[in-house]
Amino acid sequence: MADEVKLYAVGGSPFVCRVKIALNLKGIEYQNFEEDLSNKSADLLKYNPVYKKVPVLVHNGKPISESLVVVEYIDDVWKGVPILPQDPYEKAVARFWAKFIDDKCIPAIFKVFGSNGDKQAISEACEQLQILENELASKGNKFFGGDNINLVDITADFLAYWLEIIEEATEIKLVTKDKFPKITEWADNFVNCQVVKEILPPREHLLAFFRKRFGKA
Amino acid sequence: MGKDDVKLLSMWASPFCMRVKVALAEKEVAYEEILENDLMGGKTELLIQSNPVHKQVPVLLHDDKPVVESTNILTYIDEVWPAKPLLPTCAYGKSRARFWADYIDRKVFPAGRNIWTAKEDGQVESARKEFLDILMYLDGTLGDKDYFNGDNFGFVDILLIGLTSWFPAFEKYGGFKVEDHYPKLAAWITRSYARKTVSESLTNPEKITNFVGMMRQMYGIE
Repeated sequence: MADEVKLYAVGGSPFVCRVKIALNLKGIEYQNFEEDLSNKSADLLKYNPVYKKVPVLVHNGKPISESLVVVEYIDDVWKGVPILPQDPYEKAVARFWAKFIDDKCIPAIFKVFGSNGDKQAISEACEQLQILENELASKGNKFFGGDNINLVDITADFLAYWLEIIEEATEIKLVTKDKFPKITEWADNFVNCQVVKEILPPREHLLAFFRKRFGKA
Repeated sequence: MGKDDVKLLSMWASPFCMRVKVALAEKEVAYEEILENDLMGGKTELLIQSNPVHKQVPVLLHDDKPVVESTNILTYIDEVWPAKPLLPTCAYGKSRARFWADYIDRKVFPAGRNIWTAKEDGQVESARKEFLDILMYLDGTLGDKDYFNGDNFGFVDILLIGLTSWFPAFEKYGGFKVEDHYPKLAAWITRSYARKTVSESLTNPEKITNFVGMMRQMYGIE
């Protein structure tokens, strides 16, 4: 039976792109339904009644939402390139770092730009980023996943691509090569991965969007 | 396979620790509980070493390897001791369980906290409303099933049941009763507490409510 895979998306969203990277990694073909968040489709509201957000993956009519839940689902269903390690302990470690990025790092970074560069917000964000920097430094690998990207790298996609664009749009610099050399190097490697490069939204669009969003247009 | 050495770093009031105790009991895994009881911030060396990023309980030490964060620990326990699975076996069922796990983790305890830390009547009322709105979705997804997992007590049930030890405190300070709004959810709580693994792992809610009262005094709320 041919799989029917649909993705309800907004191309510019780093959360949506996590799912796109996972789908690309596994070589899964899917139909992309681009949503207008100011006018959500009836399908999106039907498939994600709790949050009404993208991304939503619909596999043979069954919806899955929340980007990390979707990525794990993709890894469970489609074999091929693994997104999570096999060993239960290594899996637990990977899930820990993914959650740390999602629950601590990204909100702390959003707070920096939301507060227009408040010093306290910057200090807190740098504290979280330093923890990631130390983790990369201690393992000495190209990616959080080792030689290849895994769940943690995918979860951190925002840090590798979107962050630098928002920094340019707002003129607030958070991650510099001097302060975070490992994160900078990792980001460069990540965005140059074939499966990532192919799905990233165009830089100019994001830059224009963020300039408008943060009032610097 | 060698004999497992399993330790749990925990604290008696933590609903997140209670989750792990229920899971270990369901799997009949023997473990040593090491209590972190200093509430005024004096954390043990073992805790700081095992969870350097968050310095929080629960921490599961399996042959001295630390696994942290309760939902993560439950998933780990289910994978390492696969008999009597806690998660559904099919990928879609797993994704539903993980979705609700994420929902519960993100919403329930913080909303409950907003109730008992509210200082004015207006704040209490909006915190209560938010909490009940959050439970509405859980009640809806439980539906007419015995458990969130279906016929068998499982992953989502364990994640939520630990938090219910704090519900009487939320009810007291929020001025409501869950059973008045969501009788199915209330029945599920009673049904779950009838399991020995739950009743022996959860802290008596009265003790929790007294603890919350003490914290309210400490924070100058009452």
